[in-house]
Amino acid sequence: MIGILDYGCGNLRSLENALDFLGMESCRVATPQAIAGVDQLIQPGVGHFGHAMTQLHTRGLEDSVRAFATSGKPLLGICLGMQILFEGSAEAPGVPGLGLLAGRFEPFTDPSLKVPHMGWSTVEFSDRTGTAYFVHSYFLPPWSEATPTQLLGLTHYGRPFVAAFRRGNLAGCQFHPEKSGTWGLGLLKEMLKW
Amino acid sequence: MVMKRIIPCLDVKNGRVVKGVQFLNLQDSGDPVELAARYDAEGADELVFLDITAGIEHRDTAVRMVEAVAKTVFIPFTVGGGIRKAEDAEAMLLAGCDKIGVNSAAVRRPGLLTELAQRFGSQCVVLAVDARRTPEGYRVVVDAGRTITDWKLEDWLEEAQQRGAGEVLLTSMDQDGSNAGYDLEALRIAAARLRIPLIASGGFGEANHALEAFRAGADAALVASALHTGGLTVRRLKEQLAKAGVEVRPC
Repeated sequence: MIGILDYGCGNLRSLENALDFLGMESCRVATPQAIAGVDQLIQPGVGHFGHAMTQLHTRGLEDSVRAFATSGKPLLGICLGMQILFEGSAEAPGVPGLGLLAGRFEPFTDPSLKVPHMGWSTVEFSDRTGTAYFVHSYFLPPWSEATPTQLLGLTHYGRPFVAAFRRGNLAGCQFHPEKSGTWGLGLLKEMLKW
Repeated sequence: MVMKRIIPCLDVKNGRVVKGVQFLNLQDSGDPVELAARYDAEGADELVFLDITAGIEHRDTAVRMVEAVAKTVFIPFTVGGGIRKAEDAEAMLLAGCDKIGVNSAAVRRPGLLTELAQRFGSQCVVLAVDARRTPEGYRVVVDAGRTITDWKLEDWLEEAQQRGAGEVLLTSMDQDGSNAGYDLEALRIAAARLRIPLIASGGFGEANHALEAFRAGADAALVASALHTGGLTVRRLKEQLAKAGVEVRPC
C-alpha cells in the first residue's frame, strides 16, 4: 500500500486522483503508526520550507518519516516534499530539513528570470527527455557525478538544477508529476516501482 | 527555460460548457470533463474554466464539475467566476483545481487577493483583469465590461502583484471576440510592470496573434472562440508556433 503523508502542507487530492487513475491503491497517513504500516511513502508539499518542517515536528511525524527512510522502504518526495528530504534551504535559514540526503536549496537570483519558476520545462535524463510542470522558488544544484544515483533528471532555468532523482530507497521530483500530463503520470508510475 | 503556454478557456453554465468546441466524435460537446480530456490529449498546457452560472446553487455545481475534471485531466487548471471569499476558493481547491481566478470581486475588495495568497499561496491566485482603452489610457472594467472603474490598468496590476497575485490574466475588452489579435499595447504595459506571469486574453484568431503576444511580453496565450468554431486545434497551433521558433511543450 502507498501512503500519502498528510501533514497539513498542501492539497493531496490531485495526487490521489493521479494514483487512482494509474490503478495504484493509496491511503492518507497522518500518524506514526500509519506511516510505519505502509510499504511506500509519498511526501507531497506546497508552501514554505520552514512551515513544512514545523508541521512535521508539531504533528510528531518527523522521527517517523526518518525511521521510514532508514528502514529502506521507498520514499518519494514531491516539490516541497522533496526539498525537506535534504539538509536545508535558503528559504528558512537555520531550519534543518530531514537531512536524509546532503544538499541545500538555493534561491533563483538571476534578475531576468521570473520567480517562482512556474510552468512547463524540459527535464533531461541520461536516456530520455520529458516536459514537466514546475512551481518553485528554490532549487537544488546538481550534485557531483561521483554521487551514486540510479536516476537523475536535470532542468535548466537560468542554471541547471535537480528536477528528479532516485538514490537508493529515496526519490524526489521537484516538479509535479501528477500535473505533468501523460508523461508525468508515466514517470510517477515508474518512480513508484522500486 | 520555461515554455510558452497555450490555455484553452471554457465558459461553463450550470455544469455545462456553453459556446463549446465542435469536436468531431464527441458524444457530448457540452460535457466539461470530455472537453477537458480532449484538450489535454491535443496538447493544451493548462485549462481555464470560467463559470458563469448565476444564483445560489452556483458553488455546488462548480465543485462537482471540478471534482470530475480533476479525476480525468492531469494538467493544471484554473476555475474562475463567482469567487468572492476565501471559503469559495477553498471549496474549489479541495475539489481538485490548481488555481483560482478572481476578477470583479478583487476590484471591489482588494483584500481578497491578500487573503487568498496568505491562505493558499500566490501560486494558486490568478488575477483576471478586464481592461478597456480610454482617452486617459487603459482602465480596469468590471461587470463584464459594463462598468469602468477608477483604476488605471498599471496601478491595479502593481497593487494586485503587491497583494500576492501569482499570475495575471489580462483580457482586452476592446479586442475580445474580434479574432483580430490581442491588444499588444496593453500587454506591453502590463509586462513592463509585472514580475509574475502574464496571460494574454481577448482577440486570438490565428497562430501569429499568439506569437505577437509572446513578443509583447506574455508568458501564455488564452484561446477560446477560435478553437470553439472549429478549424484550428491546439496541436496545429502549437506546431505553427514551434515552426516560428517559439518554445512550446511538444504535444
